[in-house]
Amino acid sequence: MAEVLTLPPKLPKSQNAEVGASKFCPGCGHGITLKALANAIDELDIQQKTVFGCDIGCSLLSWNYMDLDTVQTHHGRTTPVIYGFTRANKDAIGIAYMGDGGGLAIGSQHLVNATVRGERMLIVVVNNTNYGMTGGQMSPTTMPGQKTETTPYGRDCSVTGKPAKAAEMVAAIADPAKSFVARSTVSNVRKLQSTFKKALKNVENGGFSFVEVLSICPLNWRTNNVDTFGRLAQMEEFFEVKEFLVPEGLV
Amino acid sequence: MARTKIVLAGEGGQGVQSIAKILVEAGYEAGKQVLYIPNFGVEQRGGVSIAFCQIADETIGEPRYSKGDIIIMLSDRAIDRCERYVSENSTVVYDTSVCTVKPTCKCKRIIGIDANKIANEKLSARVFNIIILGVLLAATNVLELSDIKNAMEKALGKKFDAKPELRELNYKALEMGMDLVKEKAAL
Amino acid sequence: MVNKLIKEDTKMFLTGNEVLAYAANAAEAEFMYGYPITPQNEIMHTWCKLLPKTEAGFLQTEDEISAGFSTLGGILAGKRAFTATAGPGNVIMQDAQSMAEMMRIPFVCAVMQRGGPSTATVIYAQQETRLTCYGGNGEGFRIVYSTAGHQDLYDYMIKAFNTAWTYRFPTYVLADGYQGKMREPVMLYDPASRGIKMVPTTTALLGEGKIGIDRKSVHMRNTYNMEEELMEVLDSYQKDYDKMAEEVAEYEEYKAEDAEILIIAHGIVARSARTAVDELREKGIKAGLFRPITIRPLAVKPLRAAVSRAKQILFTESANGQLAQMVLEKLYGLTTPYSTLFKMGVGVTGDDLVEKVESMVKSPAVV
Repeated sequence: MAEVLTLPPKLPKSQNAEVGASKFCPGCGHGITLKALANAIDELDIQQKTVFGCDIGCSLLSWNYMDLDTVQTHHGRTTPVIYGFTRANKDAIGIAYMGDGGGLAIGSQHLVNATVRGERMLIVVVNNTNYGMTGGQMSPTTMPGQKTETTPYGRDCSVTGKPAKAAEMVAAIADPAKSFVARSTVSNVRKLQSTFKKALKNVENGGFSFVEVLSICPLNWRTNNVDTFGRLAQMEEFFEVKEFLVPEGLV
Repeated sequence: MARTKIVLAGEGGQGVQSIAKILVEAGYEAGKQVLYIPNFGVEQRGGVSIAFCQIADETIGEPRYSKGDIIIMLSDRAIDRCERYVSENSTVVYDTSVCTVKPTCKCKRIIGIDANKIANEKLSARVFNIIILGVLLAATNVLELSDIKNAMEKALGKKFDAKPELRELNYKALEMGMDLVKEKAAL
Repeated sequence: MVNKLIKEDTKMFLTGNEVLAYAANAAEAEFMYGYPITPQNEIMHTWCKLLPKTEAGFLQTEDEISAGFSTLGGILAGKRAFTATAGPGNVIMQDAQSMAEMMRIPFVCAVMQRGGPSTATVIYAQQETRLTCYGGNGEGFRIVYSTAGHQDLYDYMIKAFNTAWTYRFPTYVLADGYQGKMREPVMLYDPASRGIKMVPTTTALLGEGKIGIDRKSVHMRNTYNMEEELMEVLDSYQKDYDKMAEEVAEYEEYKAEDAEILIIAHGIVARSARTAVDELREKGIKAGLFRPITIRPLAVKPLRAAVSRAKQILFTESANGQLAQMVLEKLYGLTTPYSTLFKMGVGVTGDDLVEKVESMVKSPAVV
C-alpha cells in the first residue's frame, strides 16, 4: 500500500496557520515581508510577548495573518496605539506595521515623534511606492516619472517634490546610541529576516527600531514578473539598501 | 441670602489673579462659600485680565453673573471691558493714577483711588496689587483682615520667610488700601 | 497598581482641572496620555506633579490624534488609562474615539469645552455637546456625563471609569473651561468609603495564557468586508446600548414637580438655572429645572414626564441648541410649547434666565 504523505506548508510559528489563502494580491510583497518578520520573531522566541499592530491600506489585511496578539487600527495611527501599549506594558515588544502612505504621509508626525522620543518599538514601513488598497495613487515614495492614478503622466517632481526617503529621515533624527535604522528589500529575503531580527533584538534591549522594506505591487504597477523585479531593482538604486544606524554592541 | 459678587479687572501683569486667589482662599478658610473664575484669553500676558469672585453664606449657584456688586477697574481697557457688569446697585472702584478716563456707567457709588501712585511713591510698585486687595477687603466688608493675612501667609509665606521685610511691606500695603476706601467713605 | 492619595474625606479648595486629576487617581487610573490645549492643561499639570507619589504613568504625545490612540493602546495593555482634551483637540481626537466605539474599548476622556467653531475662545462654551455625543463616523455609542461643578467632576470622573469598563462604551466627563479653571470647595474621598468598588480592568492583548498552548492569538479589528457583517455587529452593539441606557441614564430635577415653566439645561448652565428658579419662585413664578446628567443616553421617561407636566419649556445653553436638538427628538408627540435662550460660547446667568422666564409669563411660547 502506498502511503500518502501530507506535509503541512512550512509556516513560521508566529504566522497564523488558520488564515488559509493569503488575502494579498498575487505577487504582493507583504506575504514575503510578514513571513520574514514571523521567522525573525520565532528565532528570537518572542512570540508570547510581541504585540502586532497593523495600519489601514493593504497592511490591514495582516490583521489575522500572524499568530500574534494583533490590533488593526486606523490610517496612520498604528504607531501611537503601539507606543501607547508599550508605555503601559514594559515587557511587551511592539511592532507597528504600515505602508508608505501610513508611515510617511498621514502618520508622519507619529513617525517623527516616536523616533525622537526613542519609543521602545519597531516601526515597519513597507514601501511599494503607491497607495495600493485605494487603487494605486501617488504616495510620498512614488518614483520620479512613475505613473499612478493621480500622476497619470508620470510623477513630475517639479510639482510634487522628490520622493521621501524614510530611512534617511529617521536616521537623521534618531538617537544613534539606541536606534536601529535600516532599509531592506523583498528581493533578499534572508537579509530581510536578519534585519528584522536585529531590529527586534534592539527593541528587546530597550531601543527604537525602524525598518523600511522596499516592496512590490504588480497589480497597481501593472507589471509582469520580470518587470516587477526590474522595477524593484530600480528602486534599490534610488533608495539605498543598507543599515543606517546600528547601536554599538547589537549583534 | 448674602452673596457678594466681585469683578476685578486690570492689565495682565498687574497681579489681578494673584489677589483674587488670596481673597477667595481667605474666604474659604473663613468657612464661607466661595467661587472664583479667572477670565483668560489666548495671551499668556498682555491682555485684560478679569477675575470673577463670589463670597457667600450659602451654596453658590451660578458661577458667572450679569452684574457685580463691586467692580474694580485698573486700566482704561478694564473700564471698557467691564462697564457691562455694572448695575445701579454696584460700587465701582477705579485707579485714577492708571486710568486716563473716568468710568461713565450708572452705579450706586464710584470711588477713585490712586493706588498705583501710592505704591510707586510710598511703598514699591510690586505691592500695587496688595493695596488693591486692601481696597477690596474694605469695600466688600465680608472678611476680616486676619483672614486675608492668613491667606497671604499661605500664598507668600516662603517669600516672606526668605525676606522678612517683605511681610511688613505687604501688610503696610494692605492697610493703606483699606484706608483709601475708609477715607473716601468719610468724605 | 498606583498609590491612592486620598485615603480619608478631605475637603479642598481646588480648580476643576485639579479635581479631575485627583479623581482619576482616586479611581486608580494608572496612565494618562495628553496633549496641551486650553482650558484642560491643569489636569495634566496636576497629574504630572503627583506622579512621584502616585507612581502612575504619563505620556505627553505629539498631538491629540496620538493622545487618543495611545490611550487606546494603554487600555488594550490592561491599564485604566485616560486622556483629556478640548475644542479643536476634541475634533481631531474623534478618529480614536470612533475606533473605541467600534472595538468596544473602555476609553475615558474629560472634555473641557471651549468656544467654537475653530479656535474661537479658550474660555468656555457648551458647543462640544453634539461632538462629544455623536462625533465620529458612526452612531454615537458613547456615554456622556455633563457635570455642574467640582463635586460632580470628582464623583463622575470616578464613575466614568466604572461605566466604561462595565459597558465597554467610550465614556466622557463633559465639563467646560469655567469648571476647569474655577476654584470652589470640594470633598475628596476614597471611593471605597462610599461603597464604590472599582471595576477590574482586563487585558485585551498579551493577557493571560500562552498563544498556541492555553489560547489562540487575539486578532482585534475594526474593518469588515460585508455590509451585513457590519450591521450584525452594530445591531448587537445597539442592543447592548439600549440595555445599558436604562441602567446608566441619570438626571436631576429641581422644583420640577409643580413647575409651570420648566427650564431644561445641562452642565454649568443648570447651576445658573437653579439660581434663577429660586429667584423666580420668590417672585411667585412656578419655575423648575430638569437637568439631564447623562446627555447621552438621555433619561427619556422622566424627561417626557416632566415636560408633560409643565405648561412651557425653556431650553437654555451656551450653544445654539445642541442639547435641545437631542432632547426634542425624544419629546416626539408631546405638545408643550417651548422657548429658547441660547448664548453661543457665553455663560448664561441667573439674571438672563429670570428675565427670559418673566417674558414667557407675559407672552407665552407658541412653538
